[in-house]
Amino acid sequence: MTASFLIRRIGYGLLLMLGVVVLNFLLIRLAPGDPAVVIAGEMGGATEEMLESIREEYGLNKPLVVQLGIYVGNVLTGNLGDSFFFNQPVATLIAQRILPTILLVVTAQVLSIAIGVFLGVIAARKPNGVMSAFVSVFATIGYAVPVFWTGIMLIILFASVLPIFPVEGMQSVKLRDAGVFVQILDILHHLILPAFTLAIIYLAQYARLSRASMLEVLGSDYIRTAKAKGASQRSILFKHALRNAALPILTVAGLQFGNLISGALLVETVFNWPGMGRLAFDSILRRDYPTIMGVLFFASAMVVIANILTDMSYRLADPRLRGKG
Amino acid sequence: MKLMSRLFGAAAFAALSSTALPAFADGGTLVIASTQVPRHLNGAVQSGIATAVPSTQIFASPLRYDENWEPQPYLAKSWDVSEDGLTVTLNLVDNATFHDGEAVTSEDVAYSIMTTKANHPFKSMFAPVESIDTPDAQTVVINLSSPHPALLLALSPALAPVLPKHVFDDGQDIKSHPMNATPVGSGPFMLEEFKPGEAIVLKKNPNFFLEGRPKLDEIIVRIIKDPSALLIAMENGEADMYPFMAGSQEIRRLEKADHLTVTADGYAAVGPINWLAFNTASPKLSDVRVRQAIAYAVDRDFITKALHRGVSSPQRGPIIEGSPFFDASIPAYDTDLDKAKALMTEAGFADGMELTIDYIPGPKEQQQSIAEYMKSQLKKIGIDVTVRAAPDFPTWAGRVGGHDFELSMDIVFNWGDPVIGVHRTYLSNNIRQGVIWSNTQQYANDKVDSLLNAAAVEIDPEKRKALYSEFQQIVATDLPVYWINALPYHTAYDAKLQNVPTGIWGSMHPLDMVSWGE
Repeated sequence: MTASFLIRRIGYGLLLMLGVVVLNFLLIRLAPGDPAVVIAGEMGGATEEMLESIREEYGLNKPLVVQLGIYVGNVLTGNLGDSFFFNQPVATLIAQRILPTILLVVTAQVLSIAIGVFLGVIAARKPNGVMSAFVSVFATIGYAVPVFWTGIMLIILFASVLPIFPVEGMQSVKLRDAGVFVQILDILHHLILPAFTLAIIYLAQYARLSRASMLEVLGSDYIRTAKAKGASQRSILFKHALRNAALPILTVAGLQFGNLISGALLVETVFNWPGMGRLAFDSILRRDYPTIMGVLFFASAMVVIANILTDMSYRLADPRLRGKG
Repeated sequence: MKLMSRLFGAAAFAALSSTALPAFADGGTLVIASTQVPRHLNGAVQSGIATAVPSTQIFASPLRYDENWEPQPYLAKSWDVSEDGLTVTLNLVDNATFHDGEAVTSEDVAYSIMTTKANHPFKSMFAPVESIDTPDAQTVVINLSSPHPALLLALSPALAPVLPKHVFDDGQDIKSHPMNATPVGSGPFMLEEFKPGEAIVLKKNPNFFLEGRPKLDEIIVRIIKDPSALLIAMENGEADMYPFMAGSQEIRRLEKADHLTVTADGYAAVGPINWLAFNTASPKLSDVRVRQAIAYAVDRDFITKALHRGVSSPQRGPIIEGSPFFDASIPAYDTDLDKAKALMTEAGFADGMELTIDYIPGPKEQQQSIAEYMKSQLKKIGIDVTVRAAPDFPTWAGRVGGHDFELSMDIVFNWGDPVIGVHRTYLSNNIRQGVIWSNTQQYANDKVDSLLNAAAVEIDPEKRKALYSEFQQIVATDLPVYWINALPYHTAYDAKLQNVPTGIWGSMHPLDMVSWGE
């Protein structure tokens, strides 16, 4: 039963990916601007012959449908093509950047869930207390403030006024030859500001969500029973209540993953984080079609995978769902 | 929470304290910060600062230039130009090798010049080169169809990298050759790592043919696209050198940092001119009096002194004012609103007109701010200007290249010799639809064509200068372009750095003498 469910979910996922590929291809061509002009412009100006040879080389002079067919065919055989701008395989460019993006997104996800849920639980303990009010205000602000603004403010505060964190990048170039341990510390040092920036917006949502969810659960009969049995406050909160309140959090976490990736695009740009988001951003400006489509392909794959994993973990967490299609 | 913040704090400080490097006399790492992203590292088929800075470290070239525009030996230990100007002979050093150990020979030089001629966007650099003879491994004889005074400058590191023939000449298109990303040259530094859009790591070439050089062990070019992040990196010592810095705020801010030196030296050959181009084919702008009226209405001093905080300098003509060919006697169009209005009336536009101004997406103070200033200024002479922003470079390039514009602001480089960077804008045979940085003004003047063609082949420097003077007088009257200011390129660098290049090519020049002082 679970196996057939899994196969069906993966099948849907693949179909979705194919749709994403076609849609991306068409959308990107709607943007004005000719990649050949960009490439020639980057080279320092060009003649008509050069523009023509660039179009020829990248197949830009073929009809759109033919280009789409070639592209889909290539993707199906695992070939994402070469970047117009860098003349390197898109797969290589993405391989250089996918780990930094995963590191950033996963760290932000973990931070936002851990801190958000913790704050939510604390707030739910006394729904009318100071902490609860703080969480509500913080959640509203965190949700409302644009992520790039938070990033810039954190840079000004912690990289310029009080320079305890590096202003940009993932690694200090001067530590390239240092030992592994120092390098890991260095990456963590660079990771803190961007991960927090990205986490803040979702952290606020998790705090609100878990506060509401906990309040609901804390009113149930079995909590009263636990209290009557003399269980400690901590045990009631974290053992009895949180486990049941966690289901909606889990659902939202899966759904948020896609948003996190798009948020990462902005955060990577602000912090010069060497991930896929920045590659996407730069490629759009350069009309580097194969690179944009390659990044979107991987980003949508990550979202599809995250959603499948969420579905599965949901089934693991809630026995009532097992056996349902 | 507490434990976590303590852990992070400890990690942060550990990493921070280990970034502080001791001072070196010889050796050490230089971190160059740049906002520009190179496509690849082969300057033979790609112009621009982004490629030229690393390319001039990786590749040596026949000549290099000092700060007085004088050629200096590099791969060529001596050179000779025949009396008729039709033959240039280069005598190469015999101890130069590529990073893979192969010797640099006359074959490599000949191959490189012919490849650059065929593929580099600056067609005029080597256009008169007919053939190249290589009588022996150290002698290169360049045969020209006509005298070509710009040739020696075109043999500079920024324009003529010497490629290893045995690596690149394999039948693949050189413009998209895979080795462009992992090139092998004979310059002072070897490529260790190229992460597109992120960083370029260069290591000292231990077999460099100039003894005792390079001084540094390593150069890292860090690409930081956000200028404010780059500034903080310079202030914090995360980066040591920031060449081609053009923002007045950036310049003024880094000047205040105690550990940094900021200089405007070293950009003479680049010749970056910020200008307003007129579409002379537009019925509204085809009358020279309208173009002159616009020139009289704009105040260059306001732009350079107020908008640019005094860091940029006014530019009156098509040739950069620091060039030996610049003619200071050309009309400057000092602001005169009455004269501007009179010219508009004479041209039949007493009731004014509407115009659109485009600008290349770039630094706001060089483009958008000036466009908006012009809008307010031109209103005073009855011209209602709409400022049309482009979301990105392709959009702007499509409009201007496609001649779908009226006024457009742009930054264009002189590239040392007028033949390379100036002629392209004014020659009538370079009006090419769809091609950016051609004669998009669609300006055609037979006299200008013949003057430029004569100057291109004139080997007597004085006569050549006279030809360019006449050219400048004519275009400064015809005004296909209104030149506004020279881009205020500056270099900021750690004050402990020695011998930072201040020659005509700035850091598009081998950094083999740069070292860390005490």
